Amino acid sequence: MDEADTHLIGSRCKRCGTYFFPGNVTFCRNPSCESDEFDAVPLSREGTIWSYTDAQYKPPEPYVAADPFEPYAIAAVELAKERMIILGQLAKGVTVDDVTTGMQVELQLQTLFTKDGQDYVSWVWQPKR
Amino acid sequence: MSRDVVILGAGMHPWGKWGKNFVEYGVHAARAALKDAGVSWQDIEFVAGGATMRNGYPGYVAGATFSQALGWQGNEIMTCYAACATGSQALAAARAKIQAGQCEVALVVGADTTPKGFLAPQKGERPDDPDWVRFRLGITNPTYFSLYAQRRKDLYGATDEDFAAIKVKNAEHGFSNEFARYRKKFTVEEVLASPMVASPLRLFEICATSDGGAAVVVASKEYADRLGSQRQVKIGGISTVSPKFASADVEMPDIATDSAAASNAYSFRASIAQKAYEEAGVGPEEVSLAEVYDLSSAMELDWYEYIGLCPQGDAEKLLRDGDTRIGGRVPVNASGGLACFGEAVPAQALAQVCELTMQLRGEAGDRQVSDAKVGVTGNQGLFGHGSSVVLLR
Ligand SMILES: [Zn+2]
Repeated sequence: MDEADTHLIGSRCKRCGTYFFPGNVTFCRNPSCESDEFDAVPLSREGTIWSYTDAQYKPPEPYVAADPFEPYAIAAVELAKERMIILGQLAKGVTVDDVTTGMQVELQLQTLFTKDGQDYVSWVWQPKR
Repeated sequence: MSRDVVILGAGMHPWGKWGKNFVEYGVHAARAALKDAGVSWQDIEFVAGGATMRNGYPGYVAGATFSQALGWQGNEIMTCYAACATGSQALAAARAKIQAGQCEVALVVGADTTPKGFLAPQKGERPDDPDWVRFRLGITNPTYFSLYAQRRKDLYGATDEDFAAIKVKNAEHGFSNEFARYRKKFTVEEVLASPMVASPLRLFEICATSDGGAAVVVASKEYADRLGSQRQVKIGGISTVSPKFASADVEMPDIATDSAAASNAYSFRASIAQKAYEEAGVGPEEVSLAEVYDLSSAMELDWYEYIGLCPQGDAEKLLRDGDTRIGGRVPVNASGGLACFGEAVPAQALAQVCELTMQLRGEAGDRQVSDAKVGVTGNQGLFGHGSSVVLLR
């Protein structure tokens, strides 16, 4: 993840062009490709909501929950160029009532939790204005 | 296909939270299946066991564990694990052995003991493990169920009442099933009043985990005929296919789908039953009843479409018309489904087969589906596992 440009870094197969996220891939998983060479590439930072939900209960570890627990919303977002869907939380304050399938969203960084004085940052999806 | 393979006997241990060792459930189910088949344990030539991941070494070698518990008698053994499809894979192994002429009669067993509450990931920091990553991001099992449920609402006009109606229907079906764990009827209002877990799904719409055991005795048709069995149910087809790249389904535990940038996109779940139908030489329009994986109430609607009972987007109509109730055109989850059982992973696919066996024989009592001739199961689980079995009378 690149904090300056706020996009996810995935891998792209040098031979067939298939994207992978997370990008820790050793062999291309396209069955008609035998490549094991990849470029680290930025993924589209905008996409379309495929579906969405929320979490009303505290998930088990390794999730690090705020105390008291704050519900959060989640979206599955379709990236057009990569033809893939990536899951992530929706930005803080966004609820399931604020979004709908087909809505355009963009990537942001957000501190997911703080542990032992260290901020753990992750990507979140923010509806486009 | 080579020679016909039939189910001679089916047996189960009631689902619940009994707190016993999984071996006890498995042996109980196995003995019930043997008795039902009229076959003695010592005549069994091959045991296929479904492994359980939560019971130490005996669970990893379940085929041997069950054989030892029933009494070592020199039968061949195998054990397999395939998440929710475990029982079907074990059944497929027994069928292949019989088809190849390597044995005549086999026992297939799956049983599990599960911890309380939602399934949690293993401990430790494992950023390379997709299951760890998704929990770290706050993506739980209900997240996946609810993403599909919400999409049905937005695309096909499903309502919260539809989702609740599935729970109500399955609770009604399972009410008289002696093997079901939850035998309580619900109203739509009661379901909608249960706490929201992950919008739009509520507590009563998400399946629990259970203890349970299921077993079947399978044999060549010749063996069954020699035995004089009048209650044979033919295994028409078994599918344990993998997904095809690029799989477009949002699948637990992944945080991303395959990229279809250089390939065609496929729906894995829609492909599972297809192979079973092809092997059996029947189509979805001939199905009398189905047992499908209602991990959530809403997911049952997806399954109507995956197994071809209706075109995509029409599942809500099938439900609202009462087609999938007992007494309707094609009852789904006459057993009560996961809503009434709770999931006992390595036993669940076999439990579906047991229910169809009872139904096709006309021995399902209060929940009997009239004139049941063709039954199909569908289930799907972690890491590209899924299965479908077609049984024929
Ligand atoms: Zn490639």
